[in-house]
Amino acid sequence: MTASPLSAPPILFENVRLIDPARGLDRPGRLLVQGGVIAGTDLPGAEGVPEGARQVDGGGAVLCPGLVDMRVAIGEPGFEYRETVASAARAAAAGGVTTMAVLPNSQPAIDDPALVRHLRARGEETGTVSILPYGALTRRCEGTEMAEIGLLDEAGAVAFTDGTRALADARMMRLALTYARGFDALVVQHPEDPSLARGGCATDGELATRLGLPGIPTAAEAIMIARDLRLAELTRGRLHFAHVSTAEGLELIRAAKARGLRVTCDTAPPYFDLNETAIGDFRTYAKLSPPLRGEVDRLAVCAALADGTIDAIASDHAPCDADDKRQPFAVASAGGTGLATLLAVTLARVHGGTLSLIDALGLLTHRPATLLGSDAGTLADGAEADLCLFDLDRAWKIEADALPGRARNTPFDGRAVEGRVLGTWKAGRQVYGQDAA
Amino acid sequence: MNDSPRAAPPRFFPQHGRHLLGLQGMHPTRIVPFLDLAESYALMNRSRQTPRDRLRGRTVINLFFEDSTRTRTSFELAAKRLGADVVNMTVATSSVNKGETLLDTAATLNAMRTDLLVVRHSQSGAPALLARKVEACVINAGDGTHEHPTQALLDALTIRRHFGTLHGLTVAICGDVSHSRVARSNIHLLTAMGARVRVVGPPTLIPGAIGALGVDVHYTMEDGLRDADVVMMLRMQRERMNGGQVPSPREYFRFYGLDLKRLALARPEALVMHPGPMNRGVEIESRVADSDQSVIREQVEMGVAVRMAVLDLLSRAGDQT
Repeated sequence: MTASPLSAPPILFENVRLIDPARGLDRPGRLLVQGGVIAGTDLPGAEGVPEGARQVDGGGAVLCPGLVDMRVAIGEPGFEYRETVASAARAAAAGGVTTMAVLPNSQPAIDDPALVRHLRARGEETGTVSILPYGALTRRCEGTEMAEIGLLDEAGAVAFTDGTRALADARMMRLALTYARGFDALVVQHPEDPSLARGGCATDGELATRLGLPGIPTAAEAIMIARDLRLAELTRGRLHFAHVSTAEGLELIRAAKARGLRVTCDTAPPYFDLNETAIGDFRTYAKLSPPLRGEVDRLAVCAALADGTIDAIASDHAPCDADDKRQPFAVASAGGTGLATLLAVTLARVHGGTLSLIDALGLLTHRPATLLGSDAGTLADGAEADLCLFDLDRAWKIEADALPGRARNTPFDGRAVEGRVLGTWKAGRQVYGQDAA
Repeated sequence: MNDSPRAAPPRFFPQHGRHLLGLQGMHPTRIVPFLDLAESYALMNRSRQTPRDRLRGRTVINLFFEDSTRTRTSFELAAKRLGADVVNMTVATSSVNKGETLLDTAATLNAMRTDLLVVRHSQSGAPALLARKVEACVINAGDGTHEHPTQALLDALTIRRHFGTLHGLTVAICGDVSHSRVARSNIHLLTAMGARVRVVGPPTLIPGAIGALGVDVHYTMEDGLRDADVVMMLRMQRERMNGGQVPSPREYFRFYGLDLKRLALARPEALVMHPGPMNRGVEIESRVADSDQSVIREQVEMGVAVRMAVLDLLSRAGDQT
C-alpha cells in the first residue's frame, strides 16, 4: 500500500522480544519482513532467511505491531496552522503509531464520501501512517440531520461520530444508532451532556472553586452514557464511548457489558496519568475536553483498564497553536497532543504494576483495530509489516519544545517516562528511528 | 508510579513572590505586613501627609479590561499619593478588541518599562498569565470569579480596626458566593487569620465544594447571621435574578436581603460591610446600608491605604530581585 514494498529489501529482526497481543504471543524471537509483509515469526536458525536481508539487532527490545490510535484530530482540512497530515505523520512515526483514525469535525466536516477517500489518500501519500477516517454522524457534525452513513461507509469511513461534539438530541441519537445498524456501523459518542457542560472548563469541585473556573460536573458524562446505553439497548446499535474519564461513567459501561450490550469504550493517557491538579495555576496545556478529573476518577480509569472495561487506549491527539493556548484558561482551546507520547505514558501503567505489558499493547493495537474493522495491529504471517520497536525501560523526559510535529501542546510537559520508541516501520519501510530511510 | 492516591504536586499553588495574584495559601506573616503598613498609611491619608517620594520615578499602569471606576480610582489615588507616575489603560475599547492578544499587550507594557501593573480582567487567571510574561510586578485588581486580593485586605483592615484582631471573629459572607472573587479572597484571608467564616446564600449561588475552603455553609440568613461579628454582603448581579440562578429580585430580597430585622440576629456591635457598588433594596436595605453599624464608607477609605501598602511593599520586593 505504501511506496513500492516489492522493491524494499527483506528485513530480519533479531534479538527482539516479540509481542503480538492478538495471538497472546510474548517471547524472545526473530521476525522476518519480506515484500512489505510479515513473513514469519518462527524462524529456527538461518533457514528461510533470504539472502541480502537487512539485519536489525533489537538488543532485547520489544517488537510489537505498529500502534493503532483510534482518536486523532489533525488540522486538515481547515486548521492547517495547527497541524497538517504531514506533521501529524511525523509525530505518529515518532510515537510508533502506524494507523490512526481521524476525527471528522474538520472544516469542512468529513460528511461527504469524496472527503473520506481524500483523507485515506492523504494518509497513503505520507507513506508512514494509514489514515482511517471517521465519517460525520450528522451533516457538518451539527447534530441535526443524519449524514450519509451508508455512502460514507462505502467510501471507507471506519465509524461515525461528531468528533469533539456530543450528539445531544436523544431522538437524533436513536435514529443514528438505528440506521447505522443497517450497515453494522459503529457510532462513537463524546460522552458529555452539552447543557451541563456549557461554559465549563474544569471539573466541578474544590479546585475549580478555588480557581474561580466554571465547572462541569462529572455527572455530565454519566448522564450522557446512561442515556445512550438505554438507546443502544432500544436500537441494538453498536455504540462506543470515547475518552471515558469518570468512575461513574465506567461503572455504567461495566454494568452494560455485563448485561450483554454491544458497547465499548476507550480512554486517553491524560485520564489515567494526570488528575486535575495538573491545571494547577491555570496551565492551559492541561485544559482538555473532557476536563481532567479528580484523583478518585483517575484511579477508577486505571482499574477499568486493568479489568477490561476499557477496550482501547487512544491518544486523543488534539493539536493547538500556541495562540490558541496562551489565553486566559476559560477561553483557551481545549486539547492536548498525544501521538508521540501515547506509548510512553501508557507504559507508566505497566511500570506501575497495574497493567501487564501484553494487555497494554493490546489496548494500543489489535483491540482498537478490531473495533474499527481494520486488519492492522498484529504480527501474524502475511500481515502488513507495520512495526514498533521500543526499549521498555529507557527513561526520557517529555518536553513540549522537543516534540515532533507542528503542535507542541502536550499536557505532559516535564513528565519523566520510561519506554522509548527506537524504530517504526510502515509496510516494511523504516519511517522512524536510527537509519530511517 | 504506583496506584496510591497522588498528593498534590508542590507547585499546586505557587505564591508568585514578587506579584500579588491572590491570597490563597498566603501565610499570616505575609498578610500582616500589608495590614500594618496600610494602617499607618490610613493615618497619613487623614493628615494629608503621605511620603510622595516613596514611588517617585516609578510607573504604575492600571490595566483594566473590565470597567471599574471605583477600584481604578482607588489604585490611581494610592499610586499618586506615593508619588508614582500613573497611567490608566481601560482596554475595553482598545486594542484587545482589535485582535491583539493579552500577551501582545504584555509585550507592549514590557517595552514601556512599567514597574507595577494593576490588572482587572473578566477571566479567572488572566493576571497570572500576564505575570508570567511581564517584567513588572503584577497586582490582581480582580480576575473573573477567582480573586480580588486588595479588596480582602481592605476588608480585613476595616475589621481589625474595629475589633483589634481578626482571630476568633465570626464573619458571615452573604449572597452570590459562586461568582464572587471578593468572597474567595476574603475566605482565604480570614481563615488564614483565624476567623470563622460562614457563607450564606441560595444553594444555586453557593459552590458545592466551598466547604473544602474551610467555611461553614448556611442556606438561610436566619441561620447564617446568628451571633455574627461581621456581616459581609456581596453584590448581586441583576442578570442572575431573571430566573437564572434566582427567580426574581423581589424573591431574592425576601429571603436573602439584609434588613434591620435580620441584622438584629447578629451581635449588637456587628459590622455591616459591602464591597460596592450596592443594589439598595436587592441585597441590602437602605436603612441598613446607612446605619451606624455600616462601615461601607470606611472600607472605601481603607481601600486607598491598602493599595498604597501593596504598591509600596511590592515595589520594594521588586528591588530585591
